[in-house]
Amino acid sequence: MTMDIELTVNGEQVRESVEPRMSLADFLRERLQLTGTHLGCEMGACGACLVLLGGKPVHACLVLAVQASGETVETVEGLSERGAIADLQAAFHDRNALQCGFCTTGMVVNAHALLGETPVPARDEIRDALSGNYCRCTGYEAIVDAIAETARKRASDAEASA
Amino acid sequence: MRSSDTRTISARDPHIGQAHRRETARRHLAGRGRFVTDIALPRMLHAAFVRSPMARGRIVEIDTSDAAQSPGVVRVFTARDLNPLCQPWTGTLDHFASMVSAPQNLLAEDEVLWAGHPVAMILARTRAEAEDACELVMLDIEEGEACVDGHAALAEDAVRAAPGLDSNLCFQTVLETKAVDDAFACAAHVVEGDFVFGRHTAVTLEPRAVVADFDAASGQLTVHHGTQTPYQFQDIYARHFALPESRVRVIAPDVGGSFGMKLHLYNEEMATVAASLQLGRPVKFVADRLESFVSDIHARDHKVSARMALDAEGTILAMDVDDMTQIGAFSTYPRTSVAEGNQVVRLMGAPYKMPDYRGRLSVVFQNKVQTSQYRAVGHPIACAVTEALVDKAAVKLGLDPIEMRARNLVPDDAYPFVSATGYSFEKLSHEACLSKLRDLMDYDALRAEQAELRQKGVYRGIGIAPFVEITNPGAAFYGVGGARISAQDGAVVRLTPSGEVQCAISVTEQGQGTETVISQIVADQLGVSPEQVKVTTGDTDTTPSGGATWACRGAGIGGETALRAGRKLQGQILALAGQILQSDPADLALAEGHVVDANSGTRRMPLAEIGRIATYRPDTLPEGADNSLTAAQHFAPSGYPFDFTNGIQASLVEVDVETGIVRLLKHWVVEDCGRIINPLLVDEQIRGGVVQGLGPALFEECLYDETGQMTNASLADYLVPMACEMPDIVIGHVETPTNDTILGAKGVGEAGTAAAGAAALNAVNDAIGPLGAQIHQTPMTPLRVLKALGHV
Amino acid sequence: MKSPAFDYIRARSVAHALEAYRDLDGEGVYLAGGHSVVPSLALRLQAPAALIDLSGIDALTGISLDDGWLRIGSMTRHAEIASDPLIRDHARLFHLAAPHVAHPAIRNRGTVGGSLSLADPASEFPAVALALRAELEVAGRDGIRRVKADDFFLDIYETAMEPGEILQAIFVPPVRTGEVCAFDELARRRGDYAMVGAAVQAVVEAGRLADISIAFFSVGNKPTRAGAAEAVLRENAMNDTAIAAAQAALDADLDPSDEPQMPASVRRHLARVLLGRLLGHLGTTA
Repeated sequence: MTMDIELTVNGEQVRESVEPRMSLADFLRERLQLTGTHLGCEMGACGACLVLLGGKPVHACLVLAVQASGETVETVEGLSERGAIADLQAAFHDRNALQCGFCTTGMVVNAHALLGETPVPARDEIRDALSGNYCRCTGYEAIVDAIAETARKRASDAEASA
Repeated sequence: MRSSDTRTISARDPHIGQAHRRETARRHLAGRGRFVTDIALPRMLHAAFVRSPMARGRIVEIDTSDAAQSPGVVRVFTARDLNPLCQPWTGTLDHFASMVSAPQNLLAEDEVLWAGHPVAMILARTRAEAEDACELVMLDIEEGEACVDGHAALAEDAVRAAPGLDSNLCFQTVLETKAVDDAFACAAHVVEGDFVFGRHTAVTLEPRAVVADFDAASGQLTVHHGTQTPYQFQDIYARHFALPESRVRVIAPDVGGSFGMKLHLYNEEMATVAASLQLGRPVKFVADRLESFVSDIHARDHKVSARMALDAEGTILAMDVDDMTQIGAFSTYPRTSVAEGNQVVRLMGAPYKMPDYRGRLSVVFQNKVQTSQYRAVGHPIACAVTEALVDKAAVKLGLDPIEMRARNLVPDDAYPFVSATGYSFEKLSHEACLSKLRDLMDYDALRAEQAELRQKGVYRGIGIAPFVEITNPGAAFYGVGGARISAQDGAVVRLTPSGEVQCAISVTEQGQGTETVISQIVADQLGVSPEQVKVTTGDTDTTPSGGATWACRGAGIGGETALRAGRKLQGQILALAGQILQSDPADLALAEGHVVDANSGTRRMPLAEIGRIATYRPDTLPEGADNSLTAAQHFAPSGYPFDFTNGIQASLVEVDVETGIVRLLKHWVVEDCGRIINPLLVDEQIRGGVVQGLGPALFEECLYDETGQMTNASLADYLVPMACEMPDIVIGHVETPTNDTILGAKGVGEAGTAAAGAAALNAVNDAIGPLGAQIHQTPMTPLRVLKALGHV
Repeated sequence: MKSPAFDYIRARSVAHALEAYRDLDGEGVYLAGGHSVVPSLALRLQAPAALIDLSGIDALTGISLDDGWLRIGSMTRHAEIASDPLIRDHARLFHLAAPHVAHPAIRNRGTVGGSLSLADPASEFPAVALALRAELEVAGRDGIRRVKADDFFLDIYETAMEPGEILQAIFVPPVRTGEVCAFDELARRRGDYAMVGAAVQAVVEAGRLADISIAFFSVGNKPTRAGAAEAVLRENAMNDTAIAAAQAALDADLDPSDEPQMPASVRRHLARVLLGRLLGHLGTTA
């Protein structure tokens, strides 16, 4: 059995017919070629597949594509192309807060959501927010630094323009 | 042999030593990485494997008829159909005398030898359909007795872990100096311990992945393979499938982590290639996380008994070590599963002027997943055993751990120095590192704080661990043993018609920053900026042959290759410029994208003009002028067989003595990797390495039950280090370049991992020692800490 | 790790869901947040004919006060449990426990009703429901009934709900004067299932923790009230001696399983330590 689904992905209306068993992650990667959403464990333990569903970060491997019908999805590609994470990307780049790059997209999506909810998080709050995002390469410190630096810059920019 | 090139790195090399960012990082940050897992080719099939559910057994029957009828299934293979396509492989090397291992092939033939051993292969239109069909394969296995524990495996009447073995001993060796027994006989103090180091595994976030694409019309096999070592696999695929090497292309695009795990040969990758050869269609295999845990190589798994002899002043006289390492049913191909243990027994006591030593190594088969080389091969074990004993001695002698090490480290002016285990050290800097660490961590203040908190019932511990790291391996590592594993690397550097530079090089990139480092080095040879140097890696068709990236050789050997290639091209450019400008090439140099006057720096002509003339108007050159703007260079290390590096780490922990939970508060590293090409990248290699060492010290362990089943084979149950539990890491440097190369760089990839666990182990023991407790096993789980404390 | 094939039904109402379940003749599985069901499918631990998605049913959502009782719709997501002011003020243990449940992104999807219905003995919320003495409103083909939390959790992954019944809402009794509570767990890593965890609620009365409820999780095959320890504390003035006696009483209350990586004796030890700490915390906040 396949089902028709209709959803908004990165601002575009998408209509597809899918098997109910297809995860949102596989749907994004295989149907829409949005391969920036990665699969590291397929059971919600690594955070590589985080996307925004209705504006909130969720594991795309734990959501079925059919569950996302009628919803709004944004992936790292969408965030990147609309410029929403340009400063985060720059901070990660400057701080070398990534190596192999496989966890990076999930990290950035999560960091974007964190800073939306907690504009200037303490270091421990950043680590807590990342508690479900596994990175084998960096040891995390550079990632925490990059997020903290983005938060600091946003705060000082906001102050300057106030 | 010293380099014959007397030009050394100088202030004229403005990019070497600078913190350049990685340009490829931008792609990843935008979601534009290109991993093997992302590749989809026309008509591509997906592979899934039926695996043995038990550790040991005899295959009675495999019935694949229902699976073959399952929707979407194109083909089902068993050993009978597939194995004849492949020449079997055996994981032995000649320089490990008398080592044995059974031959391996794609799928299990008569016997299954570990839980996870692939038995049948399904090819279907989608991975989901392939998995559906896996459930329909009827597999009848008569369960046999599994060989699980290494000690038991060595008993005379123990069941053999694989058919054809005379015993479960894969390899044994003893290193011994003449006076080791005398040293113990005369010792004022002897400290000892029995240590257990658990099995753990790489858990790269991108699992192993391969897309094999055989085009029968042209006879061309293209394999997109998430590996560190494309040339090694080109050679393996060609030889084992009887293909001309020129018809085998291996492409390693973005690789989502490797750490040594992705340079070994695996049944699944070989079977995927075989299936593509058989079907003439692209075939993709991506290990899911569950199968990663039962098929990726595991690491460590050592039981070590060790003692250390000291004189009355605390001078280390000797160590006597017995290491048993447990490796699974086979030795891994093509590097074997012996190198780990071999490095354990050779790195014992490496930082110290200890004169005598005995090291015994037993490498033992068992029915578990194979173990083999993983980041910092052998180092963490040797370091932890040595440093735990040094700390025990310090306690016994009433010496501060720092003072204990100051008395015993090889002095910085004592080089060259040969260790008791036979390693030749060109020049190390243990004393400088120790002194720098002491300042960096404000050691005395930490000790004062520790004492103060202990009064309040807070148990903090400080652990110190100096280390020696093996980098830049030459052919002595594998080549002499008959392995077709290159110790040399190659680079082709060319000036483009528009005056930019391209470098194709055999070392590979998995996020370390290899390409960035190479661009910096080449840029400095050609007077351009690193942004103007495009580096290509990871494709056997477009880069020269070489060893690639493993054992800390990317910067040291790859960098030297790039430097020499760059200088060769520099010579060609200057010769051509000399002819165009009617000048002596010796009076010319390259800087800021121009040919300049070597003395004054005055610009004579842009590189773009050289490129234009040589490419589009060679007719205007003087007769006989060579317009070649491409230089190829290969380089193999000579001189010392390895470039050893050194450093020291410290860990600060707090132990909750009621719950056994250890909290990592902070970590320090002072490291000497020789010439630092890019401090930004070096520091992050160290940080990542430290956390990869702390993971197995506290969390990571492949747990097995008594039947040989791995009981925590998922990412929910196998505990990798995560952000909340890992400490911030402070890093300092000492720089002692090697004289073996012009560049002077050594490796840094393993440094963090080498000693982090040892520092944490010592820190925990420092914290709980006052309660009369000691722990000698990693990971240091709450259960083990509570047991050490006598609570349970 | 791809799921076997199944159909998907998005239930419009509780009645629709119940009917769909009946039509599937035991082959249907309810889907709430999906964060336990979906991985179990990927692991091929179950193969239902269809999933019946409850998350779009309005009647299962919402947080409201009703005659002093707090009603929490079963489809309330963990993140909302953590942030909602009514829950913070009227079911504080849920508020305290929520940040310990897995990780932020999981909490954006996971639902309290899904967690309680699954009855994983290592989960936080079932123990919280016990300590709060919550009542669980269950809808079935024969109508709606309320089950006390004490009677709800029967065994590992087993509740008092009959096959096909749906947990509609959680009802938390009115807050009493002098009520205090504490929640904590001992986990290897942030967000992991706890080695041991506990939720405690009591009313401070003349130096005693009157009307105390203590509920442990990750100790045994279901979330467990520590009745003997509660009795010690109800009857004695709160001091170190009473705490020690309560800790000792846990031996009778708890029946942890013996596992190679976590022997029963260790869990008992950790439970005693944790109880001591929670009571110490209550002592300082009371």
